[in-house]
Amino acid sequence: MKNVIFAGVGGQGVILASKVLMEVAMNAGYDVKESEVHGMAQRGGSVDCNVRYGDRVYSPLIPKEEADFIVSLELLEVMRKLEYLAPDGKLIVNREKVDPAPVQTGAMQYPSDLEEWVGKNVKNAIFVDTDPILKEVGTRKALNIVMLGILSRDLEFTEAQWEAAIKSLVKEKFVEMNLKAFKMGRDYK
Amino acid sequence: MEKKVLLGNEAIARGAYEAGCHVATAYPGTPSTEILETIARDYRDIKSQWSPNEKVALEVAAGASVAGGRALAAMKHVGLNVAADPLFTFSYTGVNGGFVIINADDPSAWSSQNEQDNRHLARAAKVPMLEPSSPQECKDFTKLAFELSEQFDRPVIVRITTRIAHSQGIVEILPKDNVPVKPFVRNFQKYVMLPVHARPRHVFIEEQHKKLKDYSNMSSLNRIEWGGKKRGIITDSVAYQYVKEVCPDDSVLKIGMVWPMPDEKIREFAAGVEKLCVVEELDPFIEDYVKALGIPCTGKDIIPICFELTPEIVDQALNGKAHPGKYPKYDTSPIPPRPPALCKGCPHGFVFTVLGKLDLNVNGDIGCYTLAALPPYSAMHTQGCMGAGIGMHLGMEKAHGPEMARKSVAVIGDSTFIHSGITPLIDLVYNKGTGTVIILDNRGTAMTGHQEHPATGHTLMGEETHALDLEMLVKACGVKRVVVTDPKNMDEFERIVREEVAAPEPSVIISLRKCILMK
Repeated sequence: MKNVIFAGVGGQGVILASKVLMEVAMNAGYDVKESEVHGMAQRGGSVDCNVRYGDRVYSPLIPKEEADFIVSLELLEVMRKLEYLAPDGKLIVNREKVDPAPVQTGAMQYPSDLEEWVGKNVKNAIFVDTDPILKEVGTRKALNIVMLGILSRDLEFTEAQWEAAIKSLVKEKFVEMNLKAFKMGRDYK
Repeated sequence: MEKKVLLGNEAIARGAYEAGCHVATAYPGTPSTEILETIARDYRDIKSQWSPNEKVALEVAAGASVAGGRALAAMKHVGLNVAADPLFTFSYTGVNGGFVIINADDPSAWSSQNEQDNRHLARAAKVPMLEPSSPQECKDFTKLAFELSEQFDRPVIVRITTRIAHSQGIVEILPKDNVPVKPFVRNFQKYVMLPVHARPRHVFIEEQHKKLKDYSNMSSLNRIEWGGKKRGIITDSVAYQYVKEVCPDDSVLKIGMVWPMPDEKIREFAAGVEKLCVVEELDPFIEDYVKALGIPCTGKDIIPICFELTPEIVDQALNGKAHPGKYPKYDTSPIPPRPPALCKGCPHGFVFTVLGKLDLNVNGDIGCYTLAALPPYSAMHTQGCMGAGIGMHLGMEKAHGPEMARKSVAVIGDSTFIHSGITPLIDLVYNKGTGTVIILDNRGTAMTGHQEHPATGHTLMGEETHALDLEMLVKACGVKRVVVTDPKNMDEFERIVREEVAAPEPSVIISLRKCILMK
């Protein structure tokens, strides 16, 4: 069984990223389950999705220490999920910062050493500069699909399988943009 | 066979469609909202509607059922409190077309004011209750609920929880059963609950309860999965999935029909294992029942009674296995939280800035504006359930005298006012209160995602309709001082609040400004 956590903040497209992964896994013949957060999350909160696929999946929640991948669309959000990472699991983190309300008001500081700390303490982590990629794609809305493209390099599915899933879930007028975003993520160096 | 990844709530909507449901009603509430949104979007041949509140939603569905249609009403757990009155008596009348109530509990109170366990309501109302544990079961059990409803002449509740409603999984897609609407047959002994009719109906439903108990014992809804005999686990809802994940070798009795309970199956299962354990979220509903059968078991002595379960909690309780997290904890500086907050430019922000400045006692209600109880506003001092703020406002004045109303207000949203704010406003006028009520009219049911309501002029299915005039309604309740104003002009808003609160007679301020997130 593979366990993937997508983390981010409301509006970044965490749920769509997990939907694409579920679609790919289902079409490849796997059982799939996912758990997500609604409601209060619409008001600027942290959002995360658990996706699990394999021959038979019971719990929609990933237990602590069992996530093979944590894909974080925002820098500090990864820290809230770290206890879920398996000992040989991998972090894929967008370097972008979205200031939480207490940082905006000056009550707290955005931690400055996160990348350095993760580098020292987590065996397998990559930090991604999505900014230039998103500029080339032409919209910041494709962040979720760029990150999915980066994740896709470590999963067993073919590029054609991913593309088919994106086509089936994204509105027609956004398909081309999302396919480009996915490809740029997949080819990220 | 076609398969789709669906959310639990989407699977329930699909189940209603495949079952040939004719009418679906609801009042929005997390975690149940997507059920009716999905029906209105994808299954347009079901007549779907938002009702002003859950009581009306349940009554409209009951009418559709008595008339011969298949009907569904969906609501969150506290919504079923609002609808409890019709529920308890439509339990007596029974149905004509299948009548299914979807009840969404919220363990951990992710988006609710409490985490009540509505399995108790099935027992109290003497209504059968099914509990799916996956999206596929959400669809299957909803369909089956319509069948059982017609077979046993009972409304049937399908109980889900947040983790069932908002989890996705693979669902097999089947075609729709085209079920005709049956004729309405007058039967006043069945449908008019005079005491003289209610008494024999009570006898009848107790007989039906026995038949349902037989069904519960025979049905695969309650299923023994034999494994090792050292330990047997009785479990329901999403807890079943956690048990299967962390105790793959134990025997399991999966409860899919939690009311009536399958006594014989429980006895058979208990006799087949050395040690018996009940794993369920919230109250010891199954555990108490098993113990009342005279069967010893463990349960809430090791499984928490508060909040959602997780696979780790069940693993720790049953197997003694801790999950501390293998990586060291980051501790150089605290990770700033992202507390839910009012959006930038939110109309409520203007209102609560003023109320905070005037240092009024604010009796609040359920909606985005409840966040104004938190900093930076800290301008709400009571809040319980929908509609409560206005009644509490009057009660405070009754306790302390009219001077209390000179330093207090009640605030309530537009959708919430229509839901259950009208009757307490009538009470405030009728019983000679002198307080001020502020209706925070942002032109939609914002918290749950901008659903339509009777004052928006649009229906769930997207049709134009009469738009309820709140100003006229308030005046008809007997309020003579009514002001409609945009709170963005905070100086003007402050002047109006000061004036209305000071006035020794009932007043209503309609604070009119569209939610910043609405187009």
